[in-house]
Amino acid sequence: MADPELYPADVHHEHASLAVTERPWARAALMLVAFGFLAIFLLLPLVVVFEQAFSRGIGAFVEAINEHDTIAAIKLTLLVAVISVPLNLVFGVAAAWAIAKFEFKGKAFLITLIDLPFSVSPVISGLVYVLLFGASSLLGPWLKLHGIVILFAVPGIVLATVFVTFPFVARELIPLMQEQGTGDEEAALSLGANGWQTIWHVTLPNIKWGLLYGVLLCNARAMGEFGAVSVVSGHIRGMTNTMPLHVEILYNEYNAVGAFAVASVLAGLALVTLVLKTLLELRYGAEIAATRGH
Amino acid sequence: MEVRVSNVRKEFDRFPALRDVSLDIKSGELIALLGPSGSGKTTLLRLIAGLERPTRGTIFFGDEDASNRTIQERNVGFVFQHYALFRHMTVADNIGFGLKVRPSAKRPTRAEIRRRASELLDLVQLSGLEKRYPAQLSGGQRQRVALARAMAIEPKVLLLDEPFGALDAQVRRELRRWLREIHDATGHTTIFVTHDQEEALELADRVVVMSQGRIEQIGTADEVYDTPNSPFVYGFIGESSSLPVKIEDGQIWIADRPIGLATPDLPNGEATLYFRPHDIELLDECNGCIAGTVAASRRVAGTRRVELEIGGGRERIEIELPVGHPAAQKSRVAFRPKRWKVFPKVDQA
Repeated sequence: MADPELYPADVHHEHASLAVTERPWARAALMLVAFGFLAIFLLLPLVVVFEQAFSRGIGAFVEAINEHDTIAAIKLTLLVAVISVPLNLVFGVAAAWAIAKFEFKGKAFLITLIDLPFSVSPVISGLVYVLLFGASSLLGPWLKLHGIVILFAVPGIVLATVFVTFPFVARELIPLMQEQGTGDEEAALSLGANGWQTIWHVTLPNIKWGLLYGVLLCNARAMGEFGAVSVVSGHIRGMTNTMPLHVEILYNEYNAVGAFAVASVLAGLALVTLVLKTLLELRYGAEIAATRGH
Repeated sequence: MEVRVSNVRKEFDRFPALRDVSLDIKSGELIALLGPSGSGKTTLLRLIAGLERPTRGTIFFGDEDASNRTIQERNVGFVFQHYALFRHMTVADNIGFGLKVRPSAKRPTRAEIRRRASELLDLVQLSGLEKRYPAQLSGGQRQRVALARAMAIEPKVLLLDEPFGALDAQVRRELRRWLREIHDATGHTTIFVTHDQEEALELADRVVVMSQGRIEQIGTADEVYDTPNSPFVYGFIGESSSLPVKIEDGQIWIADRPIGLATPDLPNGEATLYFRPHDIELLDECNGCIAGTVAASRRVAGTRRVELEIGGGRERIEIELPVGHPAAQKSRVAFRPKRWKVFPKVDQA
């Protein structure tokens, strides 16, 4: 009985049956369309960004980056990401947990709320904060009295970024946790584990890859957000300009090299994120499949 | 460990899943909770485990009221229907989990945990698979790892939810025999849930038949099979034929004639006669019998199944005949059930 035969996890139907297989020319055409589209609409602009950034040589590029306002913008962008990503990590896990693991009234409403930032234009989200915290708003005078500055300062930028990026982690985790159900947690409890041990040894390992994807996406968006941040930032150079805003200002000043240099750094950060994700997938591919599958 | 369920009721959103269930389980017994889906058998198991709290009633472990104990405090081994193995842990880590999470005073050393795990793997006949991940095991192997994991914490009671439900027939039969051996060797009080009557009858010391949140009958395999105490148990366990009959002065009538069976204790009125298709005697002449016309006949393994039309085709029943029996070919067959039961007609809720 104890045959050590290996059963591969999920190998079924990697190949489609003959009946639904397209003719070779059809396949080639489909792939051509897909790759061609990607090349023209994604790859080409990316190449242009780097090409423009280095159009006057590496010296001009370094000079453009090394400018005071640019460095301030990079720092601010990183600061905003460092604050908003962990916040949304905690929020996302909590919301996904609540939605996937138990029943309560208002669940559908919560799911709709989580999707709100996806459906509302970022500019509107920014405006909401202006209406809420602005000088002529309800809270405005009170904030002023107590010397709290939110708008046109770092707190406002962080708030707007948190608002825009909060669906990413939750959206990634909800289907995963719903599919996994509560069986593993019940098993851990029945074996004598307490609540924290269950979360630490069972729940978190089960969702870690989904969590990582969510965080990577959340981070990419947090660094790249333009609309909402643009409304609340006030565009004060060297103080409340994030990288995307700085790119726009430089571009509007006809400083193409500067604009593209900053843009290339931003694109570079995004590429690093992608490479990181791919490396993780290569390294832990089997484990990811095992955790997400069956 | 004895387990006593006393007048337990469980509601989900006011819908009763269990209505006033009482059950005494002796120490070391192997008990099957058998019933169709929605009968409340899994709810009862989860209540005993402490995964659910009863709406009313008490659950005793030994003499101790365990109703308000958490699942951790109850120290039960629970094997889940889909095993719920921790997919990111190796087989050995899965089995050792219950020992690893103990408070430090009671936690065995690492080496001891590893030794326990491989000992249990021996018991479930999976030695050598310590380093595998659950995804690399077959269904039957996962099932056995789940059992080893549950037994690692030295539980007072072993609870299994549809333990063989997700396996194919061959593996299922093999594991069934094997579970019985493990039970006999370790002596755990064991309760398992199943909807498969063959499994329940073959494996369990006693079978608890459940339907619609109630216990219909508790008894050994022989008792529930040979003397079902309700129409439900007759219909659910084994095969049965039933006929609408009338009772008059202690005699059973079908249409306008008596069939030669007496039931002195039942009042006059409408009733239903139940019997097993194989538990009949054929009659040459009809001096009080059930007579019918052969409507269809088919060969089933070593016997022949005959479908009879009774009373001019209003009712159809099945009886079993030896293959060579001439009655199988005759168009008219008279018989009388050897073992049977009549239940007065009640309005089915």
